[in-house]
Amino acid sequence: METLQLILDTLLSTLRDVLPIAAILFGFQLLVIRRPIPNLKKVLIGFGYVLLGLTLFLIGLEEALFPLGKLMAEQLTDPAFILGEGVSRVLHWDDYWWVYLFAFAMGFSTTVAEPSLIAVAIKAQEVSGGAISVWGLRTAVAIGVAIGIALGTYRIVSGTPLHYYIIAGYIVVIIQTIYAPKMIVALAYDSGGVTTSTVTVPLVTALGLGLASTVPGRSPMLDGFGLIAFASLFPIMSVMGYAQLSQWRARRNGWRDNVGE
Amino acid sequence: MTLSLPTVLRPFVASVRDLAPIIIVIAFFQLVVLQQPIPNLGSLLFGTAMVVVGLTLFVRGLEMGLFPIGESMAYAFARKGSVFWLLAFAFALGFGTTVAEPALIAVAAEASEVAAVGGMIEDSEEARQSYATGLRYTVALSVGFAIVLGVLRILKGWPIQYLIIAGYSGVVMMTAFAPKEIIGIAYDSGGVTTSTITVPLVTALGVGLASSIKGRNPIVDGFGLIAFASLTPMIFVMGYGMVIG
Repeated sequence: METLQLILDTLLSTLRDVLPIAAILFGFQLLVIRRPIPNLKKVLIGFGYVLLGLTLFLIGLEEALFPLGKLMAEQLTDPAFILGEGVSRVLHWDDYWWVYLFAFAMGFSTTVAEPSLIAVAIKAQEVSGGAISVWGLRTAVAIGVAIGIALGTYRIVSGTPLHYYIIAGYIVVIIQTIYAPKMIVALAYDSGGVTTSTVTVPLVTALGLGLASTVPGRSPMLDGFGLIAFASLFPIMSVMGYAQLSQWRARRNGWRDNVGE
Repeated sequence: MTLSLPTVLRPFVASVRDLAPIIIVIAFFQLVVLQQPIPNLGSLLFGTAMVVVGLTLFVRGLEMGLFPIGESMAYAFARKGSVFWLLAFAFALGFGTTVAEPALIAVAAEASEVAAVGGMIEDSEEARQSYATGLRYTVALSVGFAIVLGVLRILKGWPIQYLIIAGYSGVVMMTAFAPKEIIGIAYDSGGVTTSTITVPLVTALGVGLASSIKGRNPIVDGFGLIAFASLTPMIFVMGYGMVIG
């Protein structure tokens, strides 16, 4: 009974989020384009699937993964766990290495499961005629997010200013843009934005706030933010890096083949 | 036996494969590092099953509903040839999907707390409420603007990197002038704007437009809308912080 109520509530709130989008789509289709929607029945069934799928997905996250993720973030940042019971001394940044590892692993695994990234990867494989594979893109983005969040947790622990990291990241992105294959550039820029939605944001926010409230001298209000910014910047670099690596390997193989002839 | 897996089960297997890393990470840290039993194992298994079924349905629905309609609308606008209506649609899509975004509502509420504690605004319920609402509309406006700019880029064929570099310079310049309290939130607001339903739709729109306009390549020109949508909110939110502060 309780579960049913939960499903109904979540379904309603998902519906409220989808409604403006549906209104815009159908409004423009009927009033501006003035044509019937092709395969209307299939599109409506698809919408139903999206709605139901998102609802179940969110309930599952809320019920299972978030509480556990939050609990683990608290436990890992607890000084009693880091130093062992009964020991007390000033903590240094290198005492938190389990946290960095957890941040890396969480960043990677939540990104691989991210529904919006799956959507973009399907599209990219389709229009690139298979040159960009769904798994290649997803892995590259996931590695980027993992490095980003790990570095972001280090920033919270060390208390260094956020904008230095971001500005340095921008400079790297600009340099990579000059050398990366032209085909990947727009997709790489996009992959910064798609990583941070349904799954990643709540888990990462919990980690940041947990960390900022247990590390001495940090305020959760001022230092807890910023992990999302890291998670949206680093995939840009890793996706361009992935394309540069594939290009370099293809070139090297081509060179070998030529020598072989 | 495993070779002849029923077609119905195949998407579920894909979802399980997608979620396996999260489960492995949690199990490893819980059992090996923290060495604590997993609390509420029953509800955890139930939740995981829901996530698997949900993800399967979502991906299926995406391919049946959202992708085709996004693309067919892009083609229809390209045939119609009315730039005004295309841009109006782009703005409505960006603004409408962002204003209702749950992640943004949560971040705006948190940001208003920070502002009240930091003394940027008066510490009252009313002041916080108006600050959070202002922030939400600022971000929604900036996403609407971003999608319009992105669609214009596809129409005109401008190279994306110049626009992105200009955007980065904007962010860096604003950082120098914006109040310190807003910077973290501004940087984060770029990431939270693009929701699970917006992303597939906007991607389908961009790719559909680029493939229906002559001389545009869907892979080079079709992507990039989301990149703008995650960059402009940073500039706009810092601007909002300067106006309020």
